Amino acid sequence: MTGFRTPQGGLIDRSKPLEFTFDGRSYSGFQGDTLASALLANGVRIMGRSFKYHRPRGVWGAWFDDPNAIFDVTLNGRTLPNCAATTTALIDGMQARAVNAFPTAKHDLKGVLDRFHALMPAGFYYKTFIWPNWHLFEGMIRKMAGLGRLDGELIAGYQSAQHHDRCDLLVVGGGGAGLAAARHAAEAGQNVLLIEDHPALGGGLFRRALPVEGQSPADWIAAQQAAILAAGGRILTGTTAFGVFDHNMVGLAQDHGFAKAPSLWRIRARRILMTTGALERPVTFANNDRPGVMGLDGALEYLARYGVAAGRDIAVLSNNTFATAAQPLLEQAGCKVTLLDATRGPAKAIGKTLRAVDHNGQRIACDTLLVSGGRTPVVHLWRHAGGKLDWNNTISAFVPGHAPDGMAAAGAANGTYDLDDALSEARAVALNHAAPPARKPVPMPLLQPDTNSNTRQWIDLQHDVTLKDIKLAAQENYVSVEHLKRYTTLGMAPDQGKTANMAGLAAMAQLQGQSIPETGTTTFRPPFVPVPLELYHGARRGQLFNPLKRLPLENRHRAAGAALGEYGGWLRPAWYSDIDAEVRMARNHVGLLDATPLGKIEVMGPDAAKFLDFVYYNTIATLKPGHIRYGFMLTEGGIVFDDGVVARMDPNRFVISCSSSHVAGVTALLESWRQDGNDPDRVFIHDTTANWATLTITGPQAKPVMQALDLGVDLAGFAHMTWQTGHFHDTPLRVARVSFTGDTSFEITLPSAQAEPFWDTALQLVQAENGGPIGIEAVSHMRAEKGFIIIGKDTDGETMPHDLGFSIPRRKKRAAFVGDRSLHSETANRPDRRQLVGLRSDTLLPTGAHLVTGKRSIGTVTSSYHSPTLNHPIALALLENGANRHGEAITVWHMDREIPATVTAPCFLDPKGDRLDA
Amino acid sequence: MQQFPCPFCGLRDEREFHFAAEAGKIRPDTTQPVSDADWAAYLHNRKNPKGETREVWIHTPCAEVFILKRDTLSMAVLGCEPLRKDIP
Amino acid sequence: MAYSAFALLRHAFNGHNGWKPAWRSPKPQAEYDIVIIGGGGHGLATAYYLAKNHGVRRIAVLEKGWLGGGNTGRNTTTIRSNYFYPESAALYDLSVRLYENLSRELNYNVMFSQRGLMFLVHSEPEMEIAARTVNAMRLNGVDAELLDRDAVRKRAPVLNFRDDARYPIHGGVFQGRAGTARHDAVAWGYARAADRQGVDIIQNCEVTGLLIENGICKGVETSKGRIRAGRVGGAVAGHSSVLAGMGGFQLPIQSYALQAFVSEPLKPVIDTVAFSPATGTYFCQSDKGGLVIGGALDRVPSYGQRGNMPVQEQVLSGLIEMAPALAKVKLLRHWAGNVDVTPDSSPLIGPTPLEGLFINCGWGTGGFKAIPAGGYLFAHLLATGNHHAISRPFDLDRFARGALIDEGAASGIAH
Repeated sequence: MTGFRTPQGGLIDRSKPLEFTFDGRSYSGFQGDTLASALLANGVRIMGRSFKYHRPRGVWGAWFDDPNAIFDVTLNGRTLPNCAATTTALIDGMQARAVNAFPTAKHDLKGVLDRFHALMPAGFYYKTFIWPNWHLFEGMIRKMAGLGRLDGELIAGYQSAQHHDRCDLLVVGGGGAGLAAARHAAEAGQNVLLIEDHPALGGGLFRRALPVEGQSPADWIAAQQAAILAAGGRILTGTTAFGVFDHNMVGLAQDHGFAKAPSLWRIRARRILMTTGALERPVTFANNDRPGVMGLDGALEYLARYGVAAGRDIAVLSNNTFATAAQPLLEQAGCKVTLLDATRGPAKAIGKTLRAVDHNGQRIACDTLLVSGGRTPVVHLWRHAGGKLDWNNTISAFVPGHAPDGMAAAGAANGTYDLDDALSEARAVALNHAAPPARKPVPMPLLQPDTNSNTRQWIDLQHDVTLKDIKLAAQENYVSVEHLKRYTTLGMAPDQGKTANMAGLAAMAQLQGQSIPETGTTTFRPPFVPVPLELYHGARRGQLFNPLKRLPLENRHRAAGAALGEYGGWLRPAWYSDIDAEVRMARNHVGLLDATPLGKIEVMGPDAAKFLDFVYYNTIATLKPGHIRYGFMLTEGGIVFDDGVVARMDPNRFVISCSSSHVAGVTALLESWRQDGNDPDRVFIHDTTANWATLTITGPQAKPVMQALDLGVDLAGFAHMTWQTGHFHDTPLRVARVSFTGDTSFEITLPSAQAEPFWDTALQLVQAENGGPIGIEAVSHMRAEKGFIIIGKDTDGETMPHDLGFSIPRRKKRAAFVGDRSLHSETANRPDRRQLVGLRSDTLLPTGAHLVTGKRSIGTVTSSYHSPTLNHPIALALLENGANRHGEAITVWHMDREIPATVTAPCFLDPKGDRLDA
Repeated sequence: MQQFPCPFCGLRDEREFHFAAEAGKIRPDTTQPVSDADWAAYLHNRKNPKGETREVWIHTPCAEVFILKRDTLSMAVLGCEPLRKDIP
Repeated sequence: MAYSAFALLRHAFNGHNGWKPAWRSPKPQAEYDIVIIGGGGHGLATAYYLAKNHGVRRIAVLEKGWLGGGNTGRNTTTIRSNYFYPESAALYDLSVRLYENLSRELNYNVMFSQRGLMFLVHSEPEMEIAARTVNAMRLNGVDAELLDRDAVRKRAPVLNFRDDARYPIHGGVFQGRAGTARHDAVAWGYARAADRQGVDIIQNCEVTGLLIENGICKGVETSKGRIRAGRVGGAVAGHSSVLAGMGGFQLPIQSYALQAFVSEPLKPVIDTVAFSPATGTYFCQSDKGGLVIGGALDRVPSYGQRGNMPVQEQVLSGLIEMAPALAKVKLLRHWAGNVDVTPDSSPLIGPTPLEGLFINCGWGTGGFKAIPAGGYLFAHLLATGNHHAISRPFDLDRFARGALIDEGAASGIAH
């Protein structure tokens, strides 16, 4: 028990004590604490166990750079896995458990693994578990690995709000440099957005604890904040820039507290200023992972923000002057402080519970060892945007080099560590001016580990990567930085190597006898800190993930008891009562179908006919006004893309009725050909599908219903595949005689707004003829009885029109058309192409069954139903050379079972088409 | 998230656009004999350059088909023009 | 020096100081029998099988960066052979069979984990297509099961079984022999084994041009000088068009970024690979505990090895729709590779219009699973000058013949 709460100081509210538990024990903290600061204040040393060796670990840092204290946290029945104790604000009643430790971090049974560390060097698993089979060992290893435990519970209302915004200048990081820059730019009239990931502005100014431009840190921060807001700037705290994406889009995650989903901000900034500060760099020495060894900055943060001293008897091992500045601060808090120069000789931590440090031949007693091996500027966003890094020898760090477009860096993030220098630099850069030269550089000599030592020195605390592992990687020629990282897992833990990567790089450079820039730098990948997956979810949830298209008559269908299902992106009536009964009703009397999703794309203009000749397989130019033709659209590869009917309104106007699921695709295809290769002033495309409802009246009693509807059309002279205009009361409409059922059918298309009254009237008249509404399933049965195909069900990505029996345009059409040349490839000419056939069998064939000779697939069953009209099973299939096999016996194969069947023509009902005009 | 310029609507979110093809491909006259190789080259072959490229894109909301000049490595947008200029 | 648990124990006693380099770092020689451009999985496997199966002695693999640094080290490590067409099944099942013995063959644990892969089915009409797929797989000699909803739930209870899901689960297509492997280990294992066969693996050696004499490719120009070769093989996924450009021809390939995602490490959440065709998202869990997540290609053709937000949102939203409990799991890292996409999404293996230059490319999003087969077949082609029967259908000539192998289109389009 070494850490303690100082009598005063910090940003915490000491009037608000909070109770919480850690690993089952109760503790108390204050409003404003994090879980880590409260535990440290309670003298808790061991806050976690390492990933591989289960070594006891204390907290190392005070913010996102801490690699050790990771908890599963429960509050009010909601549990979040893998919470960083250092960034999780303490709330009364929290129950925290260290991950990857059992029963507690302090007494972890798996701690015994550390004794076998010699058997687990880097990459040991690549050399073992080869016999007999990795998968045998895997289950056990997976249970050992992993950190937090995910419960299956959903958090109600856990939903990320989505913001889209823009600004002239986005300042990332609300420390001294960020505040100065934001104020300067805002007062110069720029639209400024300043973000800071801590709940409070100020960054490193609190731990520095010295006056800023003559003011106390708190006063200076408050003054800048007020000035920024007064100048119209905006400030978001608790907000992290997690990534920079193409064209200067910055993703921000705004925290809203425990178990609340953060908001996602997509900011398009004209300029991005990175004032993200620098991270404490660890020192590599023997047993440097012991609880009690902490980063100096971390300890100062605990002191300044939370009023917590990390220990009483403190040694500081450092290569820089920040340690000198820290000494009086720690002493004022009541700590005894010894400064040690990290550039002189190797160090070694003594005691499982730290009690001393050996350094430069001396043993210095201490309960806490604060280390500062230099600074690593936080350049992640710079690298996300593709900026270059330069090595700076004075501070032994990579600093921003050649800038990405619209991006700049200032302050510690730019390697400018002196505060006055940082403020001048930030103000200059805020206005896109050149920064004045730094007046007070803060040199930091490079610390390189003692690679000859045989001691255990930790490089990556979170993933248990030691100096020996780096040596092994070098010895085995895994020397490229990426190989080093992947072979040892350096920097791949949840902290993504924020403290470890530079230490690893320094070690490898030392081992290779190279400089660090020669050795390289690893890639920085978003997100900067782990963010909940929910952040990306936004509005794309549930039904909104991919919204269904809805029918104007949906309420009527629901009232009629329809079962609604998804068909081609539309929510449509699948059936109303019983599919077979609906088929029989429509075949014997009359059925009313909502066919609204059918495409209604208008093609207009003096070149319309010529254009359609080109985009259609069939010749359209010869179609007479008032007439309708069935046809195919192909891809340029000759594959059937869509089928449907074209109606010619007048010489220069056509309506394409494509399949319901292909409207967008067909429109896009037409548009692209219209604008590419045609004169777009002479042909126009207009998709009117959403404007019109289409209702189909089909069956032997369709004509009497039409008579009763009295739509003003000439029924006597109304031939199949023609259309007429009519009206329903005052509403003009179109009536087409086309049939997908094989029976007399009228398709009535009228404005959607009139669909309900028309439906009501039509339904009444249909019912008067012993008919009723029919769903899409009944129609599917009926069209299969006729051998009519559904594109994408009865065809696939190989089907060409001649496979479906439509071969005349392929042989005879003179004009060029889309896909024409592909219909004459070697493959298109093969005699064994899969062609559409019918199948008869005694039993219902499973759709998806194959047709086989031996065990070779020669086709598939594409549609299969029990025909209510014929009262026997029918099926459609694609079969090699099927057109020449009618009458042959064939074997159907389904899940290792064979079923005999006979090949027939695809049409099972009324092949002559007598029913069309019955 | 990238922003592309539609010649008709101006700068818009990449989600509103659809990539169609490389620019400059001329459909062979299929009323005349076309070899299998020429047809396959028209249908499938691409320059697919690393760096500057000219492509045909569609701005879905307004259905404008246009030429977009951009860099496939840096993602910089270098300009746009209507497609019809490209038609001989 | 063979790897084994015993060897590990023995080396532990001397502080692991005795392990030898996994591969050498040789200087390139002036000439080789075969030069392979690209030190990813396919290039390294090709070199290994050339030496081992065909006895070719003088082989170099040229890698412009670090070996395994392209798509081999960036993919989501899924291995499967659940294909519709016999041609694809023959290719990818060869690969699965080679993977099944790969750790032992290479004496390097590539962590092939046959945890199975499950394609989810979201409607009754899709169950019919699923049945068609299962039948095709079984006829192709590949293991396949058609799962009902309960069987899916048993294998992956974390998935979304709510009735009000946008894409409710009706069942699944399961291939038990499918699974995952450690991607880096595949590259490293092949590299180590090839190196032991005498193959020169030359890293940081960028090919800047092809050496063409009388219209025949006779070698390469590199950042480390000219290297002559009897035959040159290109296995440069993502940059195949750039290589073709050096050879003066074009390929039916478009380059795209493909993104991948990994979450923070968790105790076991799912024991198989789950894929939803409706959302386009799939995921599994690495041995270290991170959820490994993948999805659709980016929408903008690209050589940039980084991803963009629209597809991130699409893939991760899809993941949460698949498994809502994952909403509170944190994303750790995402990245992208550049993939070659062909018109039929099937690979290209074969000679090129430039005599002496052969290619192995066009694997699209699925190159990792094909590494052993790609290497095996490409080695056969480079050694003999002729196709192995399994690679013949994947020759470049299929486009002129109209003989595309389009697995995506084979699955049809819903209504």
